[in-house]
Amino acid sequence: MSVRYIGLSEINGPLVALDKVHGIGYDEIAEIRLDDGSRRLARVVQIDGERAVLQVFEGTAGLSLTNTQVRFEGKPMELPLSKEILGRIFSGSGKPIDGLGEIYPEKFADINGKPLNPVSRTYPRNYINTGISSIDALMTLIRGQKLPIFSGSGLSHNKLAVQIVRQAKIADENGQDFAVVFGAMGVKNDVADYFRKSFEDTGVLQKVVMFLNLSNDPIIERILTPKCALTAAEYLAFEHDMHILVILTDMTSYAEALREFSSSKGEIPGRKGYPGYLYSDLASIYERAGIVKGSKGSVTQIPILTMPNDDITHPVPDLTGYITEGQIVLDRNLDATGIYPPVSVLPSLSRLMKDGIGEGYTREDHQMVANQLFAAYAKVQDARALSSVIGEEELSSADKAYIKFGTLFEEHFIRQGAEENRTIEETLDLGWKLLSTLPKSELDRVDEEHLEKYYSAEKAAELN
Amino acid sequence: MNKIFSVNGPVVRVRDTKDFSMREMVYVGNKRLIGEVISVAADYTTIQVYEGTTGLMPGEPVYSTGNPMSAVLGPGIISNIFDGIERPLKKLEEISGAFIAEGAAVSSLDEQKKYDVTITVKEGDTLMPGDIYCTCPETAVVVHKCMLSPFSKGGKVIWCAENGEYSLNDTVVKIQTENNEVEELSLCQKWPIRTPRPVKERLPITRPLVTGQRIVDTILPVAKGGTAAIPGGFGTGKTMTQHQLAKWCDADIIVYIGCGERGNEMTQVLEEFSELIDPKTNRPLTDRTVLIANTSNMPVAAREASVYTGITLAEYYRDMGYHIAIMADSTSRWAEALREISGRLEEMPAEEGFPAYLPSRLSEFYERAGYMKNLNGTEGSVTVIGAVSPQGSDFSEPVTQNTKRFVRAFWALDKNLAYARHYPAINWNLSYSEYVDDLSDYYKKNVHPDFMKVRQEISNILVEENTLMEIVKLMGTDVLPEDQQLLIETARIVRVGFLQQNAYHKDDTYVPLEKQYLMMKTILCLYKSCRKAMSEGVSMEELLKTGLFEKVVKMKYDIPNDKPEMFDEYEKDIEKTLAALSAERAQK
Repeated sequence: MSVRYIGLSEINGPLVALDKVHGIGYDEIAEIRLDDGSRRLARVVQIDGERAVLQVFEGTAGLSLTNTQVRFEGKPMELPLSKEILGRIFSGSGKPIDGLGEIYPEKFADINGKPLNPVSRTYPRNYINTGISSIDALMTLIRGQKLPIFSGSGLSHNKLAVQIVRQAKIADENGQDFAVVFGAMGVKNDVADYFRKSFEDTGVLQKVVMFLNLSNDPIIERILTPKCALTAAEYLAFEHDMHILVILTDMTSYAEALREFSSSKGEIPGRKGYPGYLYSDLASIYERAGIVKGSKGSVTQIPILTMPNDDITHPVPDLTGYITEGQIVLDRNLDATGIYPPVSVLPSLSRLMKDGIGEGYTREDHQMVANQLFAAYAKVQDARALSSVIGEEELSSADKAYIKFGTLFEEHFIRQGAEENRTIEETLDLGWKLLSTLPKSELDRVDEEHLEKYYSAEKAAELN
Repeated sequence: MNKIFSVNGPVVRVRDTKDFSMREMVYVGNKRLIGEVISVAADYTTIQVYEGTTGLMPGEPVYSTGNPMSAVLGPGIISNIFDGIERPLKKLEEISGAFIAEGAAVSSLDEQKKYDVTITVKEGDTLMPGDIYCTCPETAVVVHKCMLSPFSKGGKVIWCAENGEYSLNDTVVKIQTENNEVEELSLCQKWPIRTPRPVKERLPITRPLVTGQRIVDTILPVAKGGTAAIPGGFGTGKTMTQHQLAKWCDADIIVYIGCGERGNEMTQVLEEFSELIDPKTNRPLTDRTVLIANTSNMPVAAREASVYTGITLAEYYRDMGYHIAIMADSTSRWAEALREISGRLEEMPAEEGFPAYLPSRLSEFYERAGYMKNLNGTEGSVTVIGAVSPQGSDFSEPVTQNTKRFVRAFWALDKNLAYARHYPAINWNLSYSEYVDDLSDYYKKNVHPDFMKVRQEISNILVEENTLMEIVKLMGTDVLPEDQQLLIETARIVRVGFLQQNAYHKDDTYVPLEKQYLMMKTILCLYKSCRKAMSEGVSMEELLKTGLFEKVVKMKYDIPNDKPEMFDEYEKDIEKTLAALSAERAQK
C-alpha cells in the first residue's frame, strides 16, 4: 500500500515541490494523478529533508496546488523491454504510441544505465562500410564508435543519416542481427515522418525501434528520450547479441531542454546559460556506445546535431566533439553548390579509424591515401585563399594544379548520389585517380612503392 | 547516528552535526557509497559522493571514518588500472560485471599476493621518516621500496622478519619510538591524496625529459620535474601526443590519468601498452605504467579526486628515487568537475561559472611537480604534463589561461596543422618552453657542443618564415626574391622533414637526440650550401631540380635511427651536387 500525497507546495515551470514527504529516493519516479483522472510522470531531482522537487515529464500545464495526488514508485525510471520492441514506436518516455498496445516485458531496465567499466570494453576495430566515399576513406566509421554529424539547419543531415542506415554493412555477413534505434528529440513532425517513410522504403522498418519526442512534445520528456533509446539499444546489443545503430536527432534540442530544466531549477549556469554539468550529461549519453567484452553485439551511435548559427564553437558541438570519437561536419557552401553529401572534409575526423583500416581491414594503402588527400585538400584551401586575392591567373603552376584538384575532388569524390553505393576499392582507386592529377613530387605522404603501383597520369586524364 | 538530510546529484547534506572534519572520508547510505566532506558549517555538513546517488534517501545513515580521503601505497600499484579513488577496475569487474555498480567494496591493492621481500635494515638501526626498510620486485622493471611513512616519528628497529614471501599487510619490521611506542610496519602505508608528500628540498632543474619527439626535445623541451600543458581543441591530437610521450619518454614510471575522457581511449591504452615493448627494458610498457581511468560517464566527484590520486601515487614512487611522468588527460575535465560541484553547492561563480578557487587548485596541483631530494636522501622527480581542452577551442578561456600561469612549457596544438594531418600539431609560433636555458648545459654536454646554436638557427628559420608568410598569403611565393624563396623552401623542410613526425613509422616514432641534432645539421648544411650556390649565380629553379630538398625531407624515414654515420654521406652529397652546379654556372 503506497502513500499518496495530496496537493503540491509549489509549481515552477516544469518543476513541482512537495513538502512533508518521507522515504523517497533521489531519481525516483512518481505518478501524478490529476482530479480529472489523467496521469503524468515525474522524477525526483532534489530532496531537502522533507521537501522533494520533482520534474514533470508531460509539463505542468493544468496542475494546481490542490488538484493532484502524487504517488512514488519506489524505484528509478525503468523501461519495459523485450524483443517485441523491434518495429514499435514509443513516446520520448518509452510509452507505446503506435496504438498496438503495451509490450509484454521480459525485463525492466533502469534508463540511467551504469557506467561501463573501461576494462570491460573491447576496443572497436571493425570498420563499417557505408558506401559513401568521403566517410569510408577519410573518416571511417567503426563498429562501436560514436560519430556525430555536425550540421546546420536546412542541410541534408537527415538524408545522409538515412543513406548510412540503408547502405551501412553493420552486421556480419548474414546481416541478420542488425537493428536501428531511432531517438528523435524536438524534431519536426516532417522529419520524424521522413525517417519513418525512409525506413519503410528500405524495408528495415521491422528492425527499427523509434522513440519520438517531437518539437511540440513536453520538454522534460525530451531529457529522457536518448536515455530510453540507449537503454533499448544496450538491451538488444548486449542481451540479444545484435549490432545496433543508434541515431539521435537533434542533440541541440536535447541540450536546450536540459538548459530550460536547469534554469527553472535555479541552477548556476555555465557557458551560454547551459548547466555546468552539460559535459557530464552528454557524456552519460555518448559513452553508452561501445562493445562489451564477451558479448557479440555492439552499439554504434550517430547523433545528429544542428550547430546554432553554424558555429562549431557553440557549447553543444564543442562538448560533443570532446566526447565523441570524431565528427562528420557538413558545410553550407558545398551544399549551396549542389554537392551532396556536403561533407566538409578538413574538420571531419574519425579517431578510431587508424586501428580499423589498412591491411586485413580495408586496403594497405588506405591510411596513406587518406593522409595525402587531407594534406592536398588543405593546400587547396591555401591556394583558393591566395587566388581570391591575386586572381587565378597569377598563381604558380603548383597552386593551379591544387585549384584544379580541389574542384575535381569535390565533384567526383565528395559528390555522390543518395542511392550510390561505392565499395572501398572504388573509393580508394578514385582517391588515387584524383591524386594523380597532382605532380608526383607533391605527394609527400605516400611511399614510393605505392606511388609506383597506383599513380597513373592516364587515369587522371579520364577525370577531365 | 548521522542521517542524510538532502540529496542533489553527487552532493549530500547532513544537518546539525559536529562529528565530521573537513576532507574526511565517509560512507554514505545503506549501500556505503564512498564520499568526502567538502564543507562543514554550523547547520550543514556537505559531502560529495564518489558514486551514483540514484535511490539515495534522506534518513539513510552517514558513517564517519575519522580519516582524510587517502590512497593506499604499496606494491601492486604498477601495471594496475584504478578509478579516480584508487579502486582497481578489474576487481570491480569481478564483483559487479561490465557495468560499475554502486557500493562495491574492494581494497585498493591485492592483499593476498605474496611478494619476495628483502629486509634492508637490522635490529638496532634507526629509522627516520622516508627511510627504506625493505624492498621487493613489483614488476620486472620496478623494484618497490617500502619507506617509513612521513607521519611516523621514527625510532629504533626492535624486530625484523626474515627475508621471504610476504603479503601486503604482513608486519615485516617493528620499531620503537622515543615515547616507547611500538610501530608495526607492513608493506603498505596510507597517504591523504590532497596533501603533498614532504621532501627534504627542491633541487634545481637540469635534465630534460627525453621524449624522442623532435619538436618537444629540441624546440620546446620539458625538464624532469617540470610542468607542461598541451592545450588544443577537439581533434587536434592531445591524446595522441600524450600517448606518444607516455610510450617513449625516459621516465622510470608513467602515471596516466584518464580524467573525464573516453572509455574506448582507456581501453586502447590498456591494449596498446601491454603489447608495446619498451626498448630500454625489453618488457611491455605496462610494467612501468599505472592507469587511472575515470571516464566521462563515471561519477563526477571521483573525476575531481582522480588527479590527486594520480599525483599521490607519483610522489610515492618519487620518494623511492624514481623519475615519474604524469600524463593528465584532461585537466579541463577536472576543472569542469570542480565547476559542477561548485554549482551544486551554490557557490558564487567567477569566470564562465568556474569557481573562484580554480587558479589556486590548478597551481596546487602543478606545484606538486618537481625535481626533489627526498627525505631518505635519494633524488627523484615528478613531471606533470597536462592536456587542456579549451571550450570552443578558445585559448582565452579560464582553464587555459590559468594553466598557462603555472606551467613552464606550453605546447599549443593548432587546428590547421591537424587539418593538414601535420602531427604532432604543436604550433611552434604559439608555443614556448622556459626550460631552454636551464637545459642548455645538458644538451651541450650530452649531445653536441653546437646543439643550442643549431637549434637557434632552426628556430630563426621558422620565425623568419612566419614573417614572410604574411606576404606569401597575399601575393604568393613567386614575387619574393630568390633568397627568400630559398628560406621558405628550407622552412618547409624544417616543417615537413623535421617537426612533423610519424607515430606509426617504426623509426620515426622515436628519434634519439643525436639523430635529431644531425637532422637539423643536415638541413642547415643544405640551406647554407644553397645560399652559397645562389651567391654564385645558381637559380632557385636549378636548386629545386637537384632533388636534394626532397631527399632531405625523407631522411627521417631513409636513415635508420642506429645509422647516424649516413648523415655524413648526405652532407657530402649536398656539397658535391651544389659545387657541381656552381661550377657549371661558372663555365657558362
